Amino acid sequence: MKQALIDYTLHLADNALVLCHQNAAWCGHAPNPELDIALTNISLDLIGQARNFYQYAAELINAANDPSQDPVTEDTLAHLRDAGDFKNCLLVETPNGDWGQTLLRQFLFSNYQYYLYQQLSNSSDPQIAAIAAKAWKETTYHLRWSSEWVIRLGDGTEESHARMENALQELWPYTHELFIPAAYETSCMEDHTGADLATVKSNWLEKTAAILSEATLTIPGNDFAQNGGKNGKHTENMISLLTEMQFMQRAYPGCVW
Amino acid sequence: MEVEEKIVSEEKKIWGILEKINDPEIPVLTIIDLGIIRSVKIAGLFPHLSGEVCITPTYSGCPAMDMIQHDIEKALADNGYGNVIVKTVLSPAWTTDWMSEQAREKLRAYGIAPPLMQEQVCTPEIFQEDRAVPCPRCNSLHTTLISKFGSTPCKALYRCEECKEPFDYFKCH
Repeated sequence: MKQALIDYTLHLADNALVLCHQNAAWCGHAPNPELDIALTNISLDLIGQARNFYQYAAELINAANDPSQDPVTEDTLAHLRDAGDFKNCLLVETPNGDWGQTLLRQFLFSNYQYYLYQQLSNSSDPQIAAIAAKAWKETTYHLRWSSEWVIRLGDGTEESHARMENALQELWPYTHELFIPAAYETSCMEDHTGADLATVKSNWLEKTAAILSEATLTIPGNDFAQNGGKNGKHTENMISLLTEMQFMQRAYPGCVW
Repeated sequence: MEVEEKIVSEEKKIWGILEKINDPEIPVLTIIDLGIIRSVKIAGLFPHLSGEVCITPTYSGCPAMDMIQHDIEKALADNGYGNVIVKTVLSPAWTTDWMSEQAREKLRAYGIAPPLMQEQVCTPEIFQEDRAVPCPRCNSLHTTLISKFGSTPCKALYRCEECKEPFDYFKCH
């Protein structure tokens, strides 16, 4: 089995898991019950997508490994890998910030997932295609909900507008990485198991510009890109995030609910 | 030929067993009503009977799926079909269009507005004018969306402006 497909599947799983975990921190803390329910529901979809990708990655890894080795599972992949093994984009691991920043991150990432999954539902790998086709439908709701809230807050009060401008300044440098392909993405694009990021990028930019303009927000001119997450080079926040997420399995190995 | 007939009859018996399993979150619906069971396939006859029941999740992260799988395995084992395994298939992706008319009626009677047809709302376009969701209690079309997300991944929250009751809407997917 090709290593690139394993890495690509882990990358997709890690993106979904890390954003799911970050959003879940808002459970019980969002500005009102409807928003609380919305973000936790999005987390639920994301953990489902992550599980589907991890289960498939585990299958690929176990098939490639020597049968005498302990098999990996969706749980060992999520809970027992170190930060350097995680292949998620830096955007999903950025600190939650205020509610506006979390919401803007959700919009920027849902918009990416929407066009990514749309392409992946035609992947030459049937399991990637099946997971993506299902996830794409869920992402449609996430994108619609987050787009509307970016507009409400951006084009809202002076205070909410200022906060959204700040959030955009903060997050924009992390968006470029979404479209800078890692070696495994290039390899998977070439054999049509993966998506063509150049097409995803042009769709993403068009939609992002339309929503941000409606929200009266200005896209930063700065093209400086924070990069490295896809290859395991993470920000400091990733360490504290994993410390919390993996605590139970690290402290009590093999414990079950 | 006779063997084939017997296999078909065993498969029918299994469908009969599955028909009695309810969704853990919406207990008025059976898992067949929901369209979760995609196929039942038997190979061989007792004592060499084996086979698989294919199920598909409603939403990727729906926590009811593990319970549903467990309920099916238990019901199969209790009825002597312990060799029939439960397999999850993701493609084609589940859609509310697979829900039977009977299931829609059961939902309405239970107080949940059944899903409108899929093409109505499943696009990312912002602030779209959704088709009105009729109130499951008084049938009024004068209803308002409170929240796009509800108590389970498959539902949204509405309020009826006529009878003033809040209600769940099983959103199209």
